[in-house]
Amino acid sequence: MTKIALQVMGLVRRVQGVISHTLVDGIDLSVAKGEFLAITGPSGSGKSSLLYLLGLLDAPTEGEVIICGQATSKLSETERADVRLTKCGFVFQFHFLLAEFTALENVLLPMRAAGQMSTKDMNDRAMSLLTSLGLGEQTAKRPNQLSGGQRQRVALARALANRPEIIVADEPTGNLDTASTEQVFGILRDIADSGQTVVVVTHDAALAARADRRIHIVDGKIHETTFGGDRKSEIAAAAGTAECQS
Amino acid sequence: MTTNLLLSIAWTHVSTRVRQTLVGMFGVAMGVGFTIMMAGLMQGSQIDFLRQLVDTMPHVTVEDERRSVPSQPADQEYAAVQMSNVANVNRRPGIRYPDAIMTSLRSWLPGDVAPSVKTTAIVDHGGRVGVTLTGIDPRLEVRVSKLASQMLEGKLTDLSKAANGIIIGQALAEKLAVKYGNTVLLGAGEGTPISATVVGIFRSGLKRVDEGQIYSLIGLAQTLMGQTGVINQLRLRLNDPVVAQKVATQVEAQIGYKSVSWQEANSDLLSTFATRDFIVLTVMGAMLLTSSFATYNIISTITHEKRHDIAIMKSLGMREYSVRRIFIIEAAMMGSVGILFGWILGYLLCYGWSQITIFNPLTGATVPLQIYYSPMHYIASGAISILCCAVAAFFPARKATRVHPVEIIRGAS
Repeated sequence: MTKIALQVMGLVRRVQGVISHTLVDGIDLSVAKGEFLAITGPSGSGKSSLLYLLGLLDAPTEGEVIICGQATSKLSETERADVRLTKCGFVFQFHFLLAEFTALENVLLPMRAAGQMSTKDMNDRAMSLLTSLGLGEQTAKRPNQLSGGQRQRVALARALANRPEIIVADEPTGNLDTASTEQVFGILRDIADSGQTVVVVTHDAALAARADRRIHIVDGKIHETTFGGDRKSEIAAAAGTAECQS
Repeated sequence: MTTNLLLSIAWTHVSTRVRQTLVGMFGVAMGVGFTIMMAGLMQGSQIDFLRQLVDTMPHVTVEDERRSVPSQPADQEYAAVQMSNVANVNRRPGIRYPDAIMTSLRSWLPGDVAPSVKTTAIVDHGGRVGVTLTGIDPRLEVRVSKLASQMLEGKLTDLSKAANGIIIGQALAEKLAVKYGNTVLLGAGEGTPISATVVGIFRSGLKRVDEGQIYSLIGLAQTLMGQTGVINQLRLRLNDPVVAQKVATQVEAQIGYKSVSWQEANSDLLSTFATRDFIVLTVMGAMLLTSSFATYNIISTITHEKRHDIAIMKSLGMREYSVRRIFIIEAAMMGSVGILFGWILGYLLCYGWSQITIFNPLTGATVPLQIYYSPMHYIASGAISILCCAVAAFFPARKATRVHPVEIIRGAS
């Protein structure tokens, strides 16, 4: 039976202001462990808002987000931060690396924040991640000494540092050239194939087509779901699973 | 959240903004340095003045009077009857049984006691100057006053060596052009003036004492007063002048005579000092507070510049208060180094001021500015400054870290 890494039920995100606006409007979704899910949709459709809700960066107005069996709607902000630290890894359109820190120090950051590994283990893991992403020679460089693709790979290494269950990526290739885009997407695909769940927001339909599942969002609702790849039947079965397992 | 990580981020922030960090540290250093200088200067002058005051006068003076009017025989006999124009009983002046009282006091007093006779006199040497004459016992006087150490010429014991010997202050000697060994006329307003020999000249440092106080043997003072055998003052010197008020109260309770501590005798002056202390503390607090505004500005700037970093740290899972602590640590780092430099600056300023000499109208002498060096000045200014820095950093840090990471991430997209 396929395990569910992420499940959302009746997810609503509403913004109150002079004019109230519903960003995410009643989404139900189950994401299998090791699934590569692509979220697409036009600008302002609510795909990034959905992603932030899935990664606990934002709190829903209604509904529940269950990460690896843990319901999160009633968690305090501190508890949500702890879940983010240990179970989610983030990659953004802009690399958001700390400018004064080297590539190695940026990758070390989440591990040092978690404080669960020895200094040697943290250094070994950071070096190993950077090397596996082709940055073995760039570890001592600061973000401004790296190319766009290299920065995004450092951001990916940082996202992977604490071995999170879920990688949440918001337009990770949005600012990259074709070669770097291909490289980053390939890495994300490999991550999913290795058993970690990847949820990516992208405008690139060709890349989205290479995901295990693509959901198309319009006006905060899932407008269309498309399954693809070798695990098509397995993912489709998981998508219909109501029960969430750790 | 490991403190090392927060320290490391904080250190990176301050070490990569050298100019801003230096400005912040400079602000703190100036505040601390000038606070220490002011405290040393103000307390130094105050302590010096009080030391001169305390050295010059008895710590407690027992006087030949009582705080309340003594009850009259008529009151005692007819308590219920209102009587007017009843003549008061004139007691013989002086403290009764002074030797017995002194013996009793010496049994518990943390210091010593000596008898004296206080009266007024006129010194005539070409000009006439009214003075306070205190008749003393030279053997006991050394136990209760620093007169012996204030002698410029002659010794206390010389009072016994000459007939009608007197010791006068330097200022009075200069005023009357009297020199050591000269003879002056000493009068008490009535009767024939007595010829007295100047057997010593002292300098206390207080002009009003040096100009208006002279000493003789008890016998001479009694003669001028016209009261043989009378002792109208007991003067106490304590090991610790600070407890004088407490001792005075005890003495008065024991013997009934009015006992005045040096604090009570100078209460108006001490009250002025208290007001001055309050003003000085307010000014120093304001200086430290003002210096912390530099820290506030710098932390505000850093938090503004680091909005993206704050957002990313929060999105990675760092807790809000941990991120906030980074900026408070930065302020503490700037504050700590600033305080160290402030301490050095404060010491140097104090040293510099202590090299300056000024004319003191009180003592009539040119003396260096008195500086009081106290670790408390350094500790207090450092503690207040670090607190001000932390508070100055807390508010911008709190404001910055409360921002929702999504707002910043979206803003950057």
